[in-house]
Amino acid sequence: MDEILFFVAGIAAILAAAGTVFLRNPFYAVLSLVVHLLALSLLFLLLYAQFVAVVQVMVYVGAVMVLYVFVNAYVGGGTEPQGGGGPTLKMFSYAIAVTLIVTIGIAVLGTGLQAIDGSGPDDLPASFGSPGSIGKLLLTTFLLPFEAASFLLLVAAIGAVVLARRRRGVLPGEERMVAALDLLAPTGTGSMREGVGAINPTPGGFTGRITPSTGASSLPASDDRTGDDSEGGSR
Amino acid sequence: MSTGWYLAVSAIVFAIGAAGVATRRNPLLVLVCLELMLNAGNLAIVAFARMHGATEGHVFALVVMVVAAAEVAVGLGVVVALYRNRVPVDVDELRELHG
Repeated sequence: MDEILFFVAGIAAILAAAGTVFLRNPFYAVLSLVVHLLALSLLFLLLYAQFVAVVQVMVYVGAVMVLYVFVNAYVGGGTEPQGGGGPTLKMFSYAIAVTLIVTIGIAVLGTGLQAIDGSGPDDLPASFGSPGSIGKLLLTTFLLPFEAASFLLLVAAIGAVVLARRRRGVLPGEERMVAALDLLAPTGTGSMREGVGAINPTPGGFTGRITPSTGASSLPASDDRTGDDSEGGSR
Repeated sequence: MSTGWYLAVSAIVFAIGAAGVATRRNPLLVLVCLELMLNAGNLAIVAFARMHGATEGHVFALVVMVVAAAEVAVGLGVVVALYRNRVPVDVDELRELHG
């Protein structure tokens, strides 16, 4: 049973990985990666890594892949650009990949390590790979990497917002949205000056700065500053 | 199944992902192929954790997932910024990141 599941999941993972690399349509390539990740989570289950398998499905298939599909749809998809390079460069890349696989194969399978031929200890404790033991390790032995990872995620989230935000205002060819009421409102509405009472949009309303009452004349003359304020008006 | 089989699958997937990173021209798909390589590494880590019967390896796999998620967030932010600035979307043409 183990062997059948392993070969099904392993072959599915390799085929889906090949599909990710060779499919022309970016959307299909991303969907192929989803299949690959699901097959990989099955392999994790075969290795008794239940928690990692569940996190793989939830984080990768649930969140990261949704992000990929969304960005793919946002940027318009389409087929890949066919630039320079040419078949020679492509063949060279594939030759590098084949060399890599041979090298890794020799390095991994030719090590002569006895343990690689076995499947590991059979009498695994029940806590192996359970959320409880992983959480305990994260909060004791690996506390510093855990905090560093959370900080990394925070930095990445802020960086993504800063990178993807629009920083040039209105793009050429894009209409600026103006509400009709904006044209009727007196200038300065919504500014800081209005906030402190220097502008009053209501006709006949109070304008001018709020002066301290006469009883407060004993206070130090802190209000006699002259010069321009932050919005260019003279006091 | 012996650990060697899992390592073989991991090696094959890693090489396929490396080939994708080298041949793909769309930056979005280069990121996708990077995911393949990261996951191949994850599979090897989990296989070794099973071989040693130690849960510590799973913690490493989770940290790799965190790194992959951070990479996706920043990478997709860059891709969106590229498309928005209407520069040619071909990794051979992209030579500067100046916004």
